[in-house]
Amino acid sequence: MGIRTWINSWPVYRQLTGDDPLGRGAAASSGHTANLTPRVETADRVVKSICPYCAVGCGQNVYVEDGKVTQIEGDPDSPVSRGRLCPKGAASLQLTTGSARVQQVLYRRPHGTEWERLDLDTAMDMIADRVIESRRSGWEEEHDGKRVRRTMGFASLGGATLDNEENYLIKKLFTALGAVQIENQARI
Amino acid sequence: MAECHPVGFQWVMEAKARGAKVIHVDPRFTRTSALADVHVPLRAGSDIAFLGAIVNHVLSEEKYFRDYLLAYTNAPVILREDFRDTEDLDGVFSGLDAEHRTYDASSWQYEGMRAQAASGHREQNYPRTGEKREASSDESVDELSEEARGESHGSGGADLGEGKPRRDETLSDPRCVFQVLKRHFARYTPELVEEVCGVPRDTFLQVCELITGNSGRDRTTAIAYAVGWTHHTVGVQYIRTAAILQTLLGNIGRPGGGILALRGHASIQGSTDIPTLFNLLPGYIPMPHAHTGTDLDTFVDAGAGKRGYWGNMRDYLVSLLKAYWGPAATEENDFCFDYLPRLTGSHDTYTTVQNQLDGVCTGYFLMGENPSVGSANGRMQRLGMANLDWLVVRDLSLIESATWWKDGPEIESGELRTEDIRTEVFFLPAATHTEKDGSFTNTQRMLQWRHKAVEPSGDARSDLWFMYHLGRIIREKLAGSTDDRDRPVLDLTWDYPVHGDSAEPDAEAVLAEINGSDSEGRPLSSYTQLKGDGSTACGCWIYCGVYADGVNQAARRKPGERQNWVAPEWGWAWPANRRILYNRASADPEGRPWSERKALVWWDEEKGRWTGHDVPDFPEERRPDHVPAEDAEGPDALSGTDAFIMQADGKAWLYVPTGLLDGPLPAHYEPQETPFTNPLYRQQRNPVRVLGKPHPVNRYQPAGAEPGSEVFPYVATTYRLTEHHTAGGMSRWQPYLAELQPEFFCEVSPELAAERGLEHMGWATVVSARSAIEARVMVTDRMSPLTVQGRTLQQVGLPYHWGSNGYSRGDSANELFHVALDPNVHIQETKALACDIRPGRRPRGPKLLDLVREYQVRSGITEETGRDI
Repeated sequence: MGIRTWINSWPVYRQLTGDDPLGRGAAASSGHTANLTPRVETADRVVKSICPYCAVGCGQNVYVEDGKVTQIEGDPDSPVSRGRLCPKGAASLQLTTGSARVQQVLYRRPHGTEWERLDLDTAMDMIADRVIESRRSGWEEEHDGKRVRRTMGFASLGGATLDNEENYLIKKLFTALGAVQIENQARI
Repeated sequence: MAECHPVGFQWVMEAKARGAKVIHVDPRFTRTSALADVHVPLRAGSDIAFLGAIVNHVLSEEKYFRDYLLAYTNAPVILREDFRDTEDLDGVFSGLDAEHRTYDASSWQYEGMRAQAASGHREQNYPRTGEKREASSDESVDELSEEARGESHGSGGADLGEGKPRRDETLSDPRCVFQVLKRHFARYTPELVEEVCGVPRDTFLQVCELITGNSGRDRTTAIAYAVGWTHHTVGVQYIRTAAILQTLLGNIGRPGGGILALRGHASIQGSTDIPTLFNLLPGYIPMPHAHTGTDLDTFVDAGAGKRGYWGNMRDYLVSLLKAYWGPAATEENDFCFDYLPRLTGSHDTYTTVQNQLDGVCTGYFLMGENPSVGSANGRMQRLGMANLDWLVVRDLSLIESATWWKDGPEIESGELRTEDIRTEVFFLPAATHTEKDGSFTNTQRMLQWRHKAVEPSGDARSDLWFMYHLGRIIREKLAGSTDDRDRPVLDLTWDYPVHGDSAEPDAEAVLAEINGSDSEGRPLSSYTQLKGDGSTACGCWIYCGVYADGVNQAARRKPGERQNWVAPEWGWAWPANRRILYNRASADPEGRPWSERKALVWWDEEKGRWTGHDVPDFPEERRPDHVPAEDAEGPDALSGTDAFIMQADGKAWLYVPTGLLDGPLPAHYEPQETPFTNPLYRQQRNPVRVLGKPHPVNRYQPAGAEPGSEVFPYVATTYRLTEHHTAGGMSRWQPYLAELQPEFFCEVSPELAAERGLEHMGWATVVSARSAIEARVMVTDRMSPLTVQGRTLQQVGLPYHWGSNGYSRGDSANELFHVALDPNVHIQETKALACDIRPGRRPRGPKLLDLVREYQVRSGITEETGRDI
């Protein structure tokens, strides 16, 4: 390394002699930082999405590399949010890829003290059996002499964090099964 | 708004940069206050007095928008002679049945209207709290007194019945709405605001001047609110008061105006439009009640308005039944209307918990909701779950509602033992928003499509997958059944295309079903194409058009900067992609904008149609001077100036003749629990608020002047923080957010800290008749003492996000709360509570229950406390 290169690699020298007197731009860079690239540069795809937290509905760009979400940023095209995200929206990468997400079905048997593992298909089959049984045991053909044809045996809660299409199927299936106790966060 | 909807708040700041004044009314000082021109701290639970006094100011100072008022509101309409106001009856309206805690609303009607047809819904004759009641012989009882029926007006007002109301265009008849309004609010003065809200007179008058000075032809004022207004036993009437104010000032249907609900979940609007709610079908069609008769025509006759777009309810309902039951729904079988289960009374979430405690409801699905933290009285929620046969929890992480049987507060207190709990629990991991296609409806009624970025890993699946496959398996298990009750589920249209290794259903196919199609399967483009003869199918009439031309309109993403300020080509808003509802009111009766500055839509005489920046919310070719035929019905009955097209009379309602359960006008009532008496009326609380049946874990406190109320001398309110989300299920597990807000805390003023010996960063225990919780103490000037009824009031601020799981932990504020509900929509009162606060941590184990009992004894609480009308 020549003396000139060595001196030029010194940020204070560049700050005093260059056009960055405040030392907030070029003067502060190093060989390392000069070689940094945006973490989204190598993404294979950018997928258009919407923030899942509040109801403002900020636009999100989801960056995908090797089949994994690598970054989530605000979508500058959105007339709602113009590229901004709040602390929650900006942390949605941790929401989607964080280690706190449960990956397997967990099962607690009656009177059990710990979780157990259960195969997803088995769980679905068991849940279907329980719905059919609770539906039957809570069935009311009449209530106070009036025809109701419904079940009070099971209930459902939640929907405000889900998609419209998901809410549609919840209401459609449970109504057809005769359930009326279907509620979500709008009530609270 | 800066705290909980920060990115939306950028538009408030844009307005401020252009000269708008920002007023922030909130018990505490927040990031919104820091950026506002005026911050008004007030006592939690006193907003009707505050808003009502602004209404009084507008009326007495004649600041209302007279031309708008005459053309577009019911101000000139004459009321019945037998109507009695709260001013006449010391705080109640005519028609109160004190024994059953209900109103007979018939005297609230307009003069000259014939009451509801005898076939109408008569839920008022139905028991609300479990006791059986004699059916009334009065056939005219209003259908709209049904449980939580108020919510079915999410896309328009209640039916009026038949007849033509009498009007006084001079607004001088003592029985016209305008004059009734004046008398009703006459005692809501600046002095009263000082006494009730603790807001100094000068501050109040400054607010009045800012609002009225910024309303009229050239200017509009917007009001934004969130659950600080709705979580009350008078929640609906809070919003009503704002509606009266905005209607008087001509701020509805115009750009920069409105009453804007800032909703807290990504698709809470969507889950109301396509409801996972007990009392609604998609598009705000009411669920049928048991006593409404079993046939479709009777139901439609009783529920559909005679005028306006609700007049076409049969088209919407038959199309929905066709979407649900397809070929099985025929003219001959009433389009399977009989397949819909019937309601009797309320089946809201708190009633469901009661049914769990009673052993009636034995199975429970939780799908992205955490009631152990998010619902009032978490203990009651968990005791309900501990009495189930089975519980299915679908979420991203192990929320408190999934693990209470192992580590919940009742295990710690010894009230429950894990080994004794028989509930079988399934936890099914859910896919996140990046792992599935689908649409959210934001707080502006705009649908925005999300595209799937990656496949969910492990056992995680979308809720679309879960519901579809659960339905498929149940249908397989029931196939071949000859039991009549299985017909609705076996006849259901349930054949969505699936793709990928996990057989994920096609979300766009579901959207297409929601949008609707004609008999050839072609997508519809507008709800005006829907038919009541079975030739169209549509899963949600107000969403018809979102898949027009077979194109997913919700996925449109033309950049905002390449569009006009309305940005109509980003997403799709219901109905018909209109961005501002009732925008006919942005033009004067002749169809000209009230001012150039506030032009939105207008009548184009040359082309003979409405046009403008937004999609006109009016029949496109209806002339401003159109007078409908006497016998016209439905949309045809709208005159050229009936701007409020979903209302039965086409007018904005300053006074609500039908559709509300607790009065045609808002009145200030004290919260269920409060240290103060109501200075306005002898009636302390909302007389028809809903209280559950008495339960040991849901005792109420004495209030006001009752002995024992001094045990709970402070007012607590709950709220959210920027860094966390609702009950924490989507935020307490993120390291970034946990670092920003690591644990539960309470906010208290330096004066309260001194009074009770609380130390900044130390611990405090907050106590109510239900529970005691501990919180880190934040001593801050953001909480300011108020002078209310001549004495100093200290308020305690409680963010409510926490539970025992995740990285950021703490006690749940909602443990303190009782279940006492607004009668119209059954929302709980979690924004105003009387409490005590003391230094130090709360006791552990059974000693926690001892402390609560000690408070109950000291304040003399019995089963009957707080239950008087």
